[in-house]
Amino acid sequence: MEDVFSERRAARADRPAFLGRELLRLVEERDDVVVLSADMGAVVTELRERRPERYFELGIAETNTVSVAAGLAACGLIPYIVSMGPFGAIKCAEQLRADVAYTHLPVRFVARLSGLAMGFFGTTHHAVEDIAIARSIANLTVVAPSDEWSAVALLRSTVDHPGPVFFRVSEGAEGEVHPETPAIEPGRFLPVRPGSDATIIATGVAVAAALGAARLLEADGVGVEVLDAVYLKPLDEAAVLRSAASTGAILTVEEHSVVGGLGAAVAEVLGRHGVRARVRIHGLPDADLDVATPPVLRERYGLTAPAVAAKVRRLLAAG
Amino acid sequence: MTAAGRPAPAVVLERGRPATAEELRLRADWIRLQTVRLIDAAGLGHYSSTFSCAEILAVLYFRALRLSPGEPSWPDRDRFLLGKGHAAVGLWPVLAELGYFPAGWLDRFGRSGSPINDHPNMRTAPGIDFSSGSLGHNLSVAVGMGLAGRLQGRDYRTVVLTGDGELQEGQVWEAAMAASHHRLGNVVAVVDANGFSGGGPTSQAMNIEPIAARFHAFGWLTMEVDGHDVTALVDAFDELPAPASNTPVCVVARTRKGRGVAMMERSPQAWHLGLLSPAQRDEAIAEIEGRMR
Repeated sequence: MEDVFSERRAARADRPAFLGRELLRLVEERDDVVVLSADMGAVVTELRERRPERYFELGIAETNTVSVAAGLAACGLIPYIVSMGPFGAIKCAEQLRADVAYTHLPVRFVARLSGLAMGFFGTTHHAVEDIAIARSIANLTVVAPSDEWSAVALLRSTVDHPGPVFFRVSEGAEGEVHPETPAIEPGRFLPVRPGSDATIIATGVAVAAALGAARLLEADGVGVEVLDAVYLKPLDEAAVLRSAASTGAILTVEEHSVVGGLGAAVAEVLGRHGVRARVRIHGLPDADLDVATPPVLRERYGLTAPAVAAKVRRLLAAG
Repeated sequence: MTAAGRPAPAVVLERGRPATAEELRLRADWIRLQTVRLIDAAGLGHYSSTFSCAEILAVLYFRALRLSPGEPSWPDRDRFLLGKGHAAVGLWPVLAELGYFPAGWLDRFGRSGSPINDHPNMRTAPGIDFSSGSLGHNLSVAVGMGLAGRLQGRDYRTVVLTGDGELQEGQVWEAAMAASHHRLGNVVAVVDANGFSGGGPTSQAMNIEPIAARFHAFGWLTMEVDGHDVTALVDAFDELPAPASNTPVCVVARTRKGRGVAMMERSPQAWHLGLLSPAQRDEAIAEIEGRMR
């Protein structure tokens, strides 16, 4: 099993090294950025050594950490909280809502190891409800990188966002999605590849599976557009409506519960606008989930290129 | 980062401003009168929790805190966080009196669209250093403000007023741990220990005593005072260690829920949230004004 907690041993399936590097860069470049963690400091070892005055360790006390960050932000600082999806995000929903989102404060909450990234450790360690929680909170911007490139781009492009930002980082994807640091536009999906027969809107590690599926389908003569939902809130409504009009067949894919996640958000857009399209929501079932390493779980729940390709074929066959 | 930069506001109310005990006692009763008036107009409100902290609010705002009402966001001001946000009805008249916002705003307390409501909102009310409403959060926020003060080289204090019932929230103790671990002598917790939470006597719901010993065990300096004795409160705040010191301070203020209106002292729980009838209201006003003559 990977050591998923340390930046020094993290260059394999799980790659949070970029996070420590980028946060150090932000701290070196700006005098208003500080970093907090609730016992997740191994991710930012170098930062702690080089700029200890800008790093605050709060121990295994996630709710306190979020409210402490709010206090720092109320004094003009930009706090980045390095936390875990299952404990940081879900346990702290109320602190995020009351102290960070209602107050419009520029706290950045980095929910690492979200989705099934810690699936080996037990169902307590799954974070498959965090998108639903985060996107239902007013004023909270929700972003989700699909690879290291988009993670860096999202971190850099949101540093001056005036309100709070929730980073949903679901690590452990195989393969990169973007060939280089993509140009982020707030509230916009990133187009990954064009296609005219169907659209896959995916987020997080599911984008790599979607891209693999599109390549498999291309061999069969099926052109699949792939959109990377790096912004989950605000959602790129224009892109959803465009795809509904152009391909008319949308598959959403996410390493998250089918309740309240990306698929639900896309369906809400179509419903609000009264637009007809063939839509399928592919995610994790609203049920007890298995416990295993992330690759096994992704196989089990169809978050692989062949499984996603099969979903697209079924969507198109349904007519 | 340094404290350099923004000049001090034209008017700064410094710590330890002269105020006689009589003036502060009158201020506390004036807060009670205003509370009755505001709740009467709004139709609902928290009386007895506000009455228990009237002297604390009076001493903090008319003597102990360093304030800049003309520039509420002045970086070097002392911060005050009303952890027990349901006592905001007693804070609004104080902030209006000090000039944070026009007194006319008080007439709209609790109305739709009003910037001042049952719980404080930093987004709408000048002088509110942080929002509250969900108990147990504000001591953590104070830790963040204390850390920011350290990093920015500022000597402000952050004072949090909590209830004793609020101490049942686990997050309070996460924050208590963090404040002493990070050596934040610029953080002060004042506990309005009136012995009641919303549902009844605090000790029956979940015993939180001995409060001072518990904070002491978490690494805090502690003081225990009569929370209705303005002289004792003045002494406690005057004797606070310098903000640059290394140990957070907890002032346990022993108070009485509903203090100052006999019918509420007799049944404090009944007046946690409610509305006095016109006859009861007149009786309460007469009792308070009787002391103020």
